Amino acid sequence: MESINTFLDQDHSARRILKDKLVLAGIIALSLVTISPIILIISKLVVKGYRQISLDFLIKNTPDSYEAITAVANGEIIPGGIANGIVGTLLMVSVASALAIPIGVLTGIYLYENQGKFMANLTRSVSDILQGVPSIVLGLISYLWIVKHVTMGYSALAGSVSMSIMMLPMIVRSTEETLKMIPQTLKEAALALGVPYHKVLLRVMIPTGFSGLLTGILLGISRILGETAPLLLTALGSSIINLDMTKPTSAIPLLIWEFYNDPNMIDLIWSSSLLLMTMILILNIVSKQIIANRR
Amino acid sequence: MNSDKITKLVLFLVSILILMLTAGMVFSLVGGAIPAFKAFGLQFIYSGEWDPSRGRENYGALPFIVGTLLTSFAALIISFPLSFSTSLFLGEYYKGTRVARILGLLVDLLAGIPSIVYGLWGFYVLRPFLIDLGFGGQGFGIFTASLILAIMIIPYATSLSNEIISMVPNDLKEAAYSLGATRLEVITNVVVPNARSGIVAGYILAFGRALGETMAVTMLIGNTNIVPTGFFQTGNTMASVIANQFGEADGLKLSSLIAIALLLFVITGIVNALGKMIIKKFS
Repeated sequence: MESINTFLDQDHSARRILKDKLVLAGIIALSLVTISPIILIISKLVVKGYRQISLDFLIKNTPDSYEAITAVANGEIIPGGIANGIVGTLLMVSVASALAIPIGVLTGIYLYENQGKFMANLTRSVSDILQGVPSIVLGLISYLWIVKHVTMGYSALAGSVSMSIMMLPMIVRSTEETLKMIPQTLKEAALALGVPYHKVLLRVMIPTGFSGLLTGILLGISRILGETAPLLLTALGSSIINLDMTKPTSAIPLLIWEFYNDPNMIDLIWSSSLLLMTMILILNIVSKQIIANRR
Repeated sequence: MNSDKITKLVLFLVSILILMLTAGMVFSLVGGAIPAFKAFGLQFIYSGEWDPSRGRENYGALPFIVGTLLTSFAALIISFPLSFSTSLFLGEYYKGTRVARILGLLVDLLAGIPSIVYGLWGFYVLRPFLIDLGFGGQGFGIFTASLILAIMIIPYATSLSNEIISMVPNDLKEAAYSLGATRLEVITNVVVPNARSGIVAGYILAFGRALGETMAVTMLIGNTNIVPTGFFQTGNTMASVIANQFGEADGLKLSSLIAIALLLFVITGIVNALGKMIIKKFS
């Protein structure tokens, strides 16, 4: 039957070509549909959010409900800003990075140096599984560990710990992949000169792969920057700027969640999201640029 | 020689840390979930009741397990035509062109949008739009959550299949062209069969992503703790119920939420391991 069908198909070549064209048109149309959300979302953020963005927005704390109601009633822009969230985000992301980067890079080096060995394979698999763990579960873990036993209450530290567990597997992965791309001869040349092993790593391997490591780190940061769910269970939020790691702290995504739940503050969600999105976009573009320069 | 040994030891000890971290996570989750499993036994998994009233507390995870699987499967099905077309566009039809680079960049950006921003957009743009289309009610529910999830997993589903599709050897494709095949016939008879397992792995990993998404789903699913009976009903997922109910939880309720987190951890772990296994076999 198969061969007869093929023969019959010969007589339908016009139909076949038409079908080919139609499918291509469909694929182009569906691809355009695929990218439409990103354009719709970003334009919505810009259109609704730009009016609120000002210097005050960056350096003032969140207003209370009363101020917001008064402003809305008078048809004015809601006063105040999200400085408490910006500072909290920067604080928690920095601490999370300080925890995750050294461990991640060293683990990545270990995996690269021990290709094919049992322990390395196990560590790699576990790190891959860790990457798939939903962020809310990591938040719950950090609650059980830090909130309940270390800081005895919601704290920035708990938020940082959940973020750092989220970042860790990404850094491990990117470190190993980057080191794999460095020519073996470079390492061998250094070893042949009698350079101690740790200096080969610190002075040859890491500097050579630095842009690759940096890309992984930046992408990791851009991933944790917008995380909300784990922070609800750990950092909780605060209406003033807080720099004490053992106290509840705000973050931009946490503030968006608070504004979303408070009808008086609704106007602030778009500008806060716009700011968050801008930070993430910049990190993404910078890391893309680094990758492009490497090639 | 001595310093070399120290370096190796340090590397080894640090990488043990990840294993300990993961083991500690499992330990804490199991430990926290024990009271719930002790109180309800295995019934916890298949009981559809979630009743937090004091005195006759009764918790079952079935509504959330059903909600999670339903939204994630639906998201996979909805996103398939979009992400598969996009990977063909990027990996086959316009491979290596400027248009493909820009499109690829935009698709990557989808992965950068935070869950909560998707939630806002879903709440203020998608939901009113669905109400206008006549889907009825407040626009909350499994369907709305699945739609937003479908958009969120597009970049994960696209990137792997796009890569695998673009790696299909040219001579195979050329052989088919020389027999007079049209481009579509080359794709259905050569490209897709060759890239099949990679494509499947990509969708499994995307499914794993959908299982754990929290904020956007919480904002759109309606947050009702009953087993959903229809696609347009409200519900809750495992991740969203943790986010929702955590604030006022202690005792048995907290333990039940931890048990749900443990189940979620196990399910996503299995799904991700499956995806990685297929990738490993394939490469």
